Amino acid sequence: MNDMTNKWIGQRTIRPDGADKVTGRAQYSADFAMPGMIHAKMLRSPHAHARIRGIDTSKAEALPGVKAVVTAKDVVDFPLDKSVMLGIQDMRWMCRNVMAREKALFHGHPVAAVAAINEEVAAAACALIEVDYEVLPHVIEIEDAIKPDAPILHEWNKFEGKPSNIAGTMVLKTGDVEKGFAEADVVIERTFTSRPVHQGYIEPHACTVSYAADGRVTIWSSSQGQFMVRAMTSLLTGVPQSNIRAIPAEIGGGFGAKTIVYLEPIAVLLSKKSGRPVKMVMTRDEVQRATGPAPGSLSTVKIGARKDGTIVAAQGTFYLQAGALPGSPLRGPVGCSFAAYAIPNVLSVGYDVVSNRSKVAAYRAPGAPLGAFATECVLDEIAEKLGLDPLEMRLKNSAKAGDKAIYGPVFGEVTFKETVESILHHPHYKAPLDKNPSPGVKRGRGVASGFWYNAGGESSVQVNITEDGNVVVTTGHPDVGGSRASIANVVAELLGIDHSRVSVLIGDTMTIGFSNLTGGSRVTFASAMVATASTEKVIGQLKERAGKIWGIDAEAIKWEDGMALPAGDNAGKFPPLSLKELAAKANEMGGPIGTQVQLNTTGADPGFATHCVDVEVDVDLGIVRVLRYTAAQDVGRALHPGYVEGQIQGGVVQGIGWALSEEYLYDKNGRVDNASFLDYRMPVCSDVPMIDPVVIEIPNPKHPQGVRGVGEAPIVPPLAAIANAVHDALGKRFYALPMSPPRVSERLEQP
Amino acid sequence: MTDIRYLAPSTLDEAVRAFAAASGAARILAGGTDLLVQMRAGIAKPGTIIDIKKIPELTAIEDLGGGAYRIGAAVSGAVLAEHPTFRKAWPGVLEAVNLIGSKQVQGRASPGGNLCNGSPAGDSVPAMVAAGAVVTIQGPNGRRDLPVEKVPAGPGRTTLAPGEIVVAFTLPQRPKGSGDAYLRMIPRTEMDIAVVGMGVNLTMEGGVVKAARVGLGAVAPTVLLVEDAAKALIGTKLDDAALEAAAAACRAACKPINDKRGTIAYRIKVAGVLLKRTAAIAARRAGGN
Repeated sequence: MNDMTNKWIGQRTIRPDGADKVTGRAQYSADFAMPGMIHAKMLRSPHAHARIRGIDTSKAEALPGVKAVVTAKDVVDFPLDKSVMLGIQDMRWMCRNVMAREKALFHGHPVAAVAAINEEVAAAACALIEVDYEVLPHVIEIEDAIKPDAPILHEWNKFEGKPSNIAGTMVLKTGDVEKGFAEADVVIERTFTSRPVHQGYIEPHACTVSYAADGRVTIWSSSQGQFMVRAMTSLLTGVPQSNIRAIPAEIGGGFGAKTIVYLEPIAVLLSKKSGRPVKMVMTRDEVQRATGPAPGSLSTVKIGARKDGTIVAAQGTFYLQAGALPGSPLRGPVGCSFAAYAIPNVLSVGYDVVSNRSKVAAYRAPGAPLGAFATECVLDEIAEKLGLDPLEMRLKNSAKAGDKAIYGPVFGEVTFKETVESILHHPHYKAPLDKNPSPGVKRGRGVASGFWYNAGGESSVQVNITEDGNVVVTTGHPDVGGSRASIANVVAELLGIDHSRVSVLIGDTMTIGFSNLTGGSRVTFASAMVATASTEKVIGQLKERAGKIWGIDAEAIKWEDGMALPAGDNAGKFPPLSLKELAAKANEMGGPIGTQVQLNTTGADPGFATHCVDVEVDVDLGIVRVLRYTAAQDVGRALHPGYVEGQIQGGVVQGIGWALSEEYLYDKNGRVDNASFLDYRMPVCSDVPMIDPVVIEIPNPKHPQGVRGVGEAPIVPPLAAIANAVHDALGKRFYALPMSPPRVSERLEQP
Repeated sequence: MTDIRYLAPSTLDEAVRAFAAASGAARILAGGTDLLVQMRAGIAKPGTIIDIKKIPELTAIEDLGGGAYRIGAAVSGAVLAEHPTFRKAWPGVLEAVNLIGSKQVQGRASPGGNLCNGSPAGDSVPAMVAAGAVVTIQGPNGRRDLPVEKVPAGPGRTTLAPGEIVVAFTLPQRPKGSGDAYLRMIPRTEMDIAVVGMGVNLTMEGGVVKAARVGLGAVAPTVLLVEDAAKALIGTKLDDAALEAAAAACRAACKPINDKRGTIAYRIKVAGVLLKRTAAIAARRAGGN
């Protein structure tokens, strides 16, 4: 099932969503419309931090054309004293994120919503809503938020007995770090800062919602999980899940940030009040101010090693920005930073810090790049100090099968070494680099590695044979990274039929069984597993039908090249029966052919990646450009290599933006000053070279095709790899991101 | 919904009359690459839009001979780039005009719009200043000419009187041995706004600078003509000392702000760096002419 003789698995088949996307026919979330539909806008807080003493919506409601107004009192309240979790999301925070309740906690925080005959009237009505704010001092940065006299966002939140902006901690520990550091020949401790970065998806959040007269709700929206949309909307509106049909639209990027809702519950409430279908579409400005981002970080990492490069102890302290409400991804840096290494003594601690900025959302390997930035830079410094090749040092310290991971489980396979060796022996790493190509220009090379947990989880699939003998596969996961194309390859392979005869689509919450979010590098792993199980059941049915027709036992039948055949001479001699022939006889031989399989999938082994990058620095202007980038990763099995490469390239490019140019800029009033793609500087195509992915395929023994997750690991190493390369070029270490031109320039002027 | 009147007059007189009659409620539409963005963002809410692209004089490019050109204010960057001789005559002006926006925007964006938008970071303006362009303006009281650097009055503002429309840019004749160049600093390679923009126009004779003009953008409320930098270059062979003196003059001329696009210290430093780099390119081009 996983070798070079595969006909479809491992092929770059035409993507099922390609034609619609390039011809503009794909239906994204803002493309839906209904008769009688009205339009809604949010009124957002003009203050970074303010108590809401009262909201008077009467003038807005009186404006002609206004059909409904919603405030926090319409949203289901989850009292502060009792946690209600949906996955990793606490509904106490979600209900306050979608609509400010006691306080407006960041500039752009929704405080009310209006639905009207058009967006202009809705916006005019928003302007008529009178909110009585008591403006409070605000705090934006981690360093300020953890000061003893910082403005406190949530008075009820206590840390060490006092009101605090530290809303949570996470500690992982093994061995005794003090003892470990005492045994080290070299100990390096550094502090790193990074800024929040937005996921930067092109498609703004949008939804169209219909609350019908019978209380049944239909939601068209793009998300990374229609079942998440259903569950969160149900919790926040009180509509039972069985009454909500969440239909997934094509998604124009999510990268983790579309694993929570912003608009859907509010649109449901507006639709219920108005009796009309309601459409809500965010502007880019709203997306940048009020959704995402990934957290900023303040990290201190201390690593001790012996002269031969053996790491004996590591300690990490990671403060992450949660945004306005608790819930930063602490398990990213705390669990991933040291996971690839066999270190006897580790103490890894995370702090969840709230401040007056939008609540963070998941972003590709949530939190892990921040930890790797610190850890992989300190490792580079240790290797430099000990005169070791940084890759050899990583090889020496690689975790092994059977080691207990710091985050709990015992590793099965560990394929970290293979990624390091792949870079070590890559022509890129061996290529000479002219470090001084011309006056005022310096070049350097850096490496770094990364780890991500990967995941399995709930997945449902249906495989149905059409009357004309073709195949329709329905999965429950929005396709953000090529899952449809990958599943089509798997099903065509298993059935032994031409790829063009398999259609894969994504069901809605009423047509397919529960399927967890697309995220955590889990969907191709999980859905290929259930699609395999389901297709194998279908093949079993097909053999039974052939057995009935031939009057022999199904066990005596084999399935090959899309046909049922007698398994051997003893079974008798019958001409093969093709899928088409069996489908044509389906009804007389027992009814329709098809199955549904639902599993909580397990066996997702972790992902490892090692990257190598060459940079060039324009010394006078402080501009860092990436010249060459090679990214090695063990993907288990590339069901569709084009998508696998795309995932790796995409992760790297997002990492380049994180390292070099992306950051939120706040003004003194706590307002985002660069809420646009012009001034929030994500890399454009001309900023990056073609990223060279090295796809290593060591099959995961716990998966039918050998798949490991792909999407997260590639964003973990770039921040450190680039910082290490800049150090190689300039001889100076950068401990703060982004390494933007003004910062590089300033650092170069320092001694 | 607010109604907007759209007018597309075919003569300048009609346009001026309509513009004056609207008494401040109208906006001129050339390429629209700033105006339409501002309207969508709710920053501009004109009652009338006067599209000047139907007026032949506004979209004409005339080769006046001897290196002199007259460029209609609404000529798009893409059209200017396709002109058979302009590229060789004024490469610095052309590269600056062609940096306004992306490839798609270039099909629309014009030097007249770039100037009238009043942004200190407009790419074409420092190059036009360095080139010594003269702007022809027509208004209710007739026609007048103005050096291009006299048009901007501050961010988003110009010295144009009510009802006045920019008609054309005239680039002067210049002797053999002349060359111009424009460089800007942007953090990205594309799709960005100048942190500093630098236009340099040189006339060389026997390796010595005979004439020089320096236009500097994005470091003050308006694009600057840096005469001290030009003086530091004239009469020199662009040796290191002369370039450093000119760079120092550029740094001294800067009155930047700290904003999301750059810090004061960084902008001042970059102004000096770009002077040297831009002058080197202009000198190379002058030598090639």
